[in-house]
Amino acid sequence: MWKLLQIELFKISKRPRTYIAFVAVAAIVFIFQFAFKADGQSYMDLMLQSVKDTFSFDRVQAINGYFMCYIVLNTLLIQVPILIALIAADSISGEANMGTLRLLISKPISRTQIILVKFAAATIFTIFLLLWMAITALFLSLLIFGAGDMLVFRSKGDESQILLITRDDIMWRYYAAFAYATVALTVIAALSLLLSIFAENSIGPIIATVCIVIVCTIISNINVPIIDKNIKPFLFTSYLVGWKGFFYIGTDPDGKTIKGSLENWPAIRSSLLILIAHIFILVTASVVVFNKKDILS
Amino acid sequence: MSPIIEVNNLSKKFKDIHAVNDLSFTVNEGDIYGFLGQNGAGKSTTIRMLLTLIKPTAGTINLFGKKLSTHRSEILSKVGAVIEKPDLYKYLSAYDNLSIFAKMSGLKVTKQLLMQQLKMVGLEERAKDVVRTFSQGMKQRLGIAVALIHNPALIVLDEPTNGLDPQGIADMRNLILHLSREMGKTVLISSHLLSEIELIANRMIIIHKGKKMVEGVVTTLLDPAHTLIEIEAVNNTLTKQLLKQSKWGVYIQNNPALQLMMNKADVPQLVNDLVAMGVQLLSVNSSHSLENYFLSLTTQSGHVEAFANRAV
Repeated sequence: MWKLLQIELFKISKRPRTYIAFVAVAAIVFIFQFAFKADGQSYMDLMLQSVKDTFSFDRVQAINGYFMCYIVLNTLLIQVPILIALIAADSISGEANMGTLRLLISKPISRTQIILVKFAAATIFTIFLLLWMAITALFLSLLIFGAGDMLVFRSKGDESQILLITRDDIMWRYYAAFAYATVALTVIAALSLLLSIFAENSIGPIIATVCIVIVCTIISNINVPIIDKNIKPFLFTSYLVGWKGFFYIGTDPDGKTIKGSLENWPAIRSSLLILIAHIFILVTASVVVFNKKDILS
Repeated sequence: MSPIIEVNNLSKKFKDIHAVNDLSFTVNEGDIYGFLGQNGAGKSTTIRMLLTLIKPTAGTINLFGKKLSTHRSEILSKVGAVIEKPDLYKYLSAYDNLSIFAKMSGLKVTKQLLMQQLKMVGLEERAKDVVRTFSQGMKQRLGIAVALIHNPALIVLDEPTNGLDPQGIADMRNLILHLSREMGKTVLISSHLLSEIELIANRMIIIHKGKKMVEGVVTTLLDPAHTLIEIEAVNNTLTKQLLKQSKWGVYIQNNPALQLMMNKADVPQLVNDLVAMGVQLLSVNSSHSLENYFLSLTTQSGHVEAFANRAV
């Protein structure tokens, strides 16, 4: 298995499309950093407009590396599924399209091994992409903007909240958030892998993955009680942004934030378990479908 | 000679289409076994079942005396194949492609081994070039190198001369003969050209619409003195049974029609015997040589051009 995984990673590393995702992430992050360096003050004025009389904070200090990373993640983690699909949706369909699937299956490797190795490679790609995001969005932003306490803007029901996290309480939250995002995006990788089994070129599974993510995201954002109760809990998209939970710091009865705390750890844990269950179901389905499939390409 | 491939009553159905229908044949050790049939006859489907790409609807496949369905990995480690086009990773070099597939075959790869293999197929100069830049003939040679890198005992080649120029076809033919004669490999080669099979195979089978039509030793089947007799009687099943019990049984072809491959000179005796056995004959056609028979199969489906290439 290890040898097969090495081969798979080698193949991924040699494909130009692999690097599209890394270039895209870097480009988006640099645009954000440039925009905030040039005119971040206006953004902060706008965000703090409603609380300017009650909330006292140094607005220049507020635009720091931690805050920048939070803004970037808010935007990027919605688009990254497309970048993950670029690689994962090509796993089997790309081999079928090139004609190498025939050769691969005629080798003394089981089909289950092939799927597990493809999934592992897609997961490793996801981890690397998130590490790259961490390097560019977090560490590079810290270099450019410096460190400081972090403001988190949050909509909770009808009201808006601004949470303040002290600088010595932030880094672990980012590590946890990136780990959560890895699990969430691995669901996308598993979904793309399953879809790639049915196709003989990667365009179809990529489009299908993106469509499923868009449709499920829209459903996840519809606020209708019947959907809230019966559909949303089963959609993986309802949990994709669960990483934000690590930045919702717990407060005491007086409303003061408690260092090192989380507002709702059980909800984060339950979201994680649901995402892992999705991964398990999708990978199992991939193994079953692929084992039954006649290779006609 | 021990059997390397034993296919028994193999069938594959795609919805309502019988791609392969109750097919049985045996390939012995050291054979160059020709698998002949027009396009769509079921050759590739059969080969794909031999390589576990497709699951049979019915029947069994034994390779090296072991059941393929239960000893898949063990068996496939002794098989090298080029299935239709030799498709490889176009964005990787010849060296990398060879290295990857060698590792997948469980081989301990060394640079020396890979370069030696590339040299064998005349690609050592292009080892570091990406496959995308290769001609069809070069890809085919690299495909052969990939198929042979793990020194398999059985080599399966599905239409290996497709897309090759005359020199490429001749090179391929020589390579197959070399593999069989010098290295003792067993080769199963499919083609829709009788001429191709005739030049290299020692045994062959013709399949049509998924069914076996003729099987035997190439020199016997293509002997002009031999002919394919097709008998039509009032009761074909009973006639077949009677023939099986007689001295003529050995000439009966294993296909749904009542056909015998035999010497032309023996036909009058056969007819006499059938009458003596009380068979009510409707017709006895003895005009077919194997060559004409194959032509008739291809002509029926409008594939005369396949046979026209016989001169190649």
